[in-house]
Amino acid sequence: MVDGALTRARAEGARSRRREWIVACLRDPKVMVGGGFVLFLCVVALAAPWLAPHDPLEQDIVLGVTPPAGFPGAEPGHWLGTDDLGRDILSRVIYGSRIALTVAFVASTLAAAFGSALGLAAGWRRGWVDAAVSRLVEIWMAFPPVLLSILLVAVVGPGVGSVIAAIAIIDWTRFCRVVRAETMTQASGDYVTAARVVGFTPTRILLREIFPNVLPVLIALISLEMGIAVIVEAILSFVGLSVSSDTPTWGGMIAQGRQFLHEGWWILAAPLSLLFLTVLAFNLLGEGLRRALDPVMRR
Amino acid sequence: MSAPVLDIRGLSAVSDRDQAPILRRVSLTLARGETRGLVGESGAGKTTIGKAILGILPRAVRVTSGEILFQGRDLLAMPGGELRRLIGERIALIPQDPMTALNPGRRIEAQLTDGLRLVRGVSASAARARALKLLEEVRIREPERVLRAYPHELSGGMRQRVLIAAAFALEPTLIVADEPTTALDVTVQKQILRLLRNMQAAHGTAVIFVTHDLGVVAQVCDSVTLLFGGKMVEEGTVAEVMEAPKHDYTRALLDACPRSDQPELGLRPVPPELIARLRREVAAP
Amino acid sequence: MTDDLLVAENLEIVFGAGRGAFGRKRPGVKALRGVSVRVGRGETVGVVGESGSGKTTLGRALLRLVEPASGRIVFDGRDITRLGETQMRPLRRRMQLIFQDPMASLNPRHRILRIVTEPLLFHRVVADAADAERRARAIFDRFSLPVSCLARYPHELSGGQRQRVGIARAALLAPDFVLADEIVSGLDVSTQAQALNLLKELTRDLGLSMAFISHDLSVIRAICDRVYVLRHGVVVEEGRCEAVFAAPKHEYTRALLDAIPSPRLDPGWLQRDTAME
Repeated sequence: MVDGALTRARAEGARSRRREWIVACLRDPKVMVGGGFVLFLCVVALAAPWLAPHDPLEQDIVLGVTPPAGFPGAEPGHWLGTDDLGRDILSRVIYGSRIALTVAFVASTLAAAFGSALGLAAGWRRGWVDAAVSRLVEIWMAFPPVLLSILLVAVVGPGVGSVIAAIAIIDWTRFCRVVRAETMTQASGDYVTAARVVGFTPTRILLREIFPNVLPVLIALISLEMGIAVIVEAILSFVGLSVSSDTPTWGGMIAQGRQFLHEGWWILAAPLSLLFLTVLAFNLLGEGLRRALDPVMRR
Repeated sequence: MSAPVLDIRGLSAVSDRDQAPILRRVSLTLARGETRGLVGESGAGKTTIGKAILGILPRAVRVTSGEILFQGRDLLAMPGGELRRLIGERIALIPQDPMTALNPGRRIEAQLTDGLRLVRGVSASAARARALKLLEEVRIREPERVLRAYPHELSGGMRQRVLIAAAFALEPTLIVADEPTTALDVTVQKQILRLLRNMQAAHGTAVIFVTHDLGVVAQVCDSVTLLFGGKMVEEGTVAEVMEAPKHDYTRALLDACPRSDQPELGLRPVPPELIARLRREVAAP
Repeated sequence: MTDDLLVAENLEIVFGAGRGAFGRKRPGVKALRGVSVRVGRGETVGVVGESGSGKTTLGRALLRLVEPASGRIVFDGRDITRLGETQMRPLRRRMQLIFQDPMASLNPRHRILRIVTEPLLFHRVVADAADAERRARAIFDRFSLPVSCLARYPHELSGGQRQRVGIARAALLAPDFVLADEIVSGLDVSTQAQALNLLKELTRDLGLSMAFISHDLSVIRAICDRVYVLRHGVVVEEGRCEAVFAAPKHEYTRALLDAIPSPRLDPGWLQRDTAME
């Protein structure tokens, strides 16, 4: 009965907090621009089958290497031109966004979840937990990441799954170190002592007092990681270690476009621009979210 | 009757962001060898005046009128380079926090001799000799060891002595002491205050002493200016202001001090009506 | 059977002891050496000392935030020296702490209402959130804190308001004992007077026992009944305030008393030497 009081109080607080967050986000220009682009990309990725004017795999040698609309020699219906096999660039870029976004969201979330959990535990409990986690991170970071990715793909086989796994398995250490450091800093604060004096349990202190103060750093890091994940995926598919060569990926398109740079610059330009804009959008979103969600920074 | 070392006339300043007044027509004079206390609660503007004299006002603060006459020359009207040279040679600062005021990555010797070598062009060996003498003057035992040390190897009291030595190194005409003993233990504070007074007497330096501690003012200063909301509320010799205050606010502040000799007196909170009245007074043109 | 609420006997607290690399033993630093203090019911006891005296450590020890290497702590007749956190938890409601820096001691990402009512709900002192809020409003009223503060974050309040919120948080739990750790150091004279008067009223009305840690003897004189003078982890003098201030026995106490600059002019004060070394 009395526990219900606590729960109700928390629920009321949470509702008004959420409303506040939404308003703060809608007001922040970085969140709107960055978030807007990411949202737009998500919609495009989801609606790919309906949005893409052509089948991304459909080849038409006759129409090979035609420039985008507005340039001499452009073919109607191929807004961004075609590649050497006559495949529509626009459609391939649209389908490529699916891979990019999937990897970005899933890999970052996995890396963040695992890394933060260990980081929080290490920073709060100290002692042997911290020693164990720190040693683990040090050893893990000693492995060359490229080798690890190759090994993983070789063992598990190509596919979105292995790319996600490779990124998560390598990058969780970044989250762990940052979250651990921030947790230790927050744990030394007087408000944590105040919570101990009230008599709160250590777990409660970690989750309800310290974690909200670690969250801003975490948010910034996750958005950064999403940008990194997109780039890593592009690199992996550039070297052919990503999904099978049929599925269009931005990295694969960049690799291909490199070979035809003189005949068809658009084959490279389109995926490269999308890559750049996407990473920029994630970074802006992260910066904006951090500012919008943090009452201390909001002033 | 020699001209005053420092003559501030009608100094006014506002915050650049919202035009809120920070200083309202503050005037004060300082003769050679005189120590004037600048007292007030936080936000009263006392540190701002100190910074204005030193030419280190934050960008958000803008002086709107008034003059700061140092040895007859208006510091506010001086071009940047000339101002910096003048301040470097004749005015010094004793900062508040000895823990952060010294560069943690450099030895004491370097920090003490910087001014001598860069401003006076003294040779390294001569500067070192002078630094040693200064450390002796501030009663530091083992000055050789301290010269070689890094700041973190010294206690708070010792660091403050080093800062005082650094302030007197170039024989300045004026020293701005910005709450120099607030961060120190009370026994150390007394030693530092005594040291400051003795050095000041020996060198004939004028001192602007910024503090919120009325007890320190009473024991260390010759004259005092009390500020509220950037405006002068009362000023005069220490005897006049502390023993026979004219303004209610001064009396109220004195009554609010805890008294170890007569505990029934003291700890009287300042009545809110007085504060409200003072705010109106201060805001009036 | 005494009517002492809190008694500490021969406390010894060491920091940093343990085994270094290669199993070498590190002796550590003794923050407190054989310190004994007692706080009677309804009494306000002062603990005065300079930096390094161990006064903050003593405060933390009394609240069992650190475990003593040796000695005993008895709270309301119960030996709490070696109690684990789970056993201490129900006792914590009765022993509270007011911090020196309210900016650091209030969670910057919690609203004031949450900060002051959560302990009440956690310890089941109130029936529901509404009751907790009622009590919070009542005490804010009494402390001349505008009720609008409750909806704000700590950084949106003034320094004086934050200080009073810190006192309110401790008082709301209606503890038996409060530790005030340098709570007026660095405050303006008028804010200091306000906070201290508030504290005096509160201890009187709630019958609180208080340990008041400070480096400022004049503040201690104004609100404490008895005082302990700490130096380098040892109690050098103790007694009723009037007695200690009128006739200090130890030279360190004399040095401390003499070092206080009084607003009353005293021409000989500055050069008068009771320096210790």
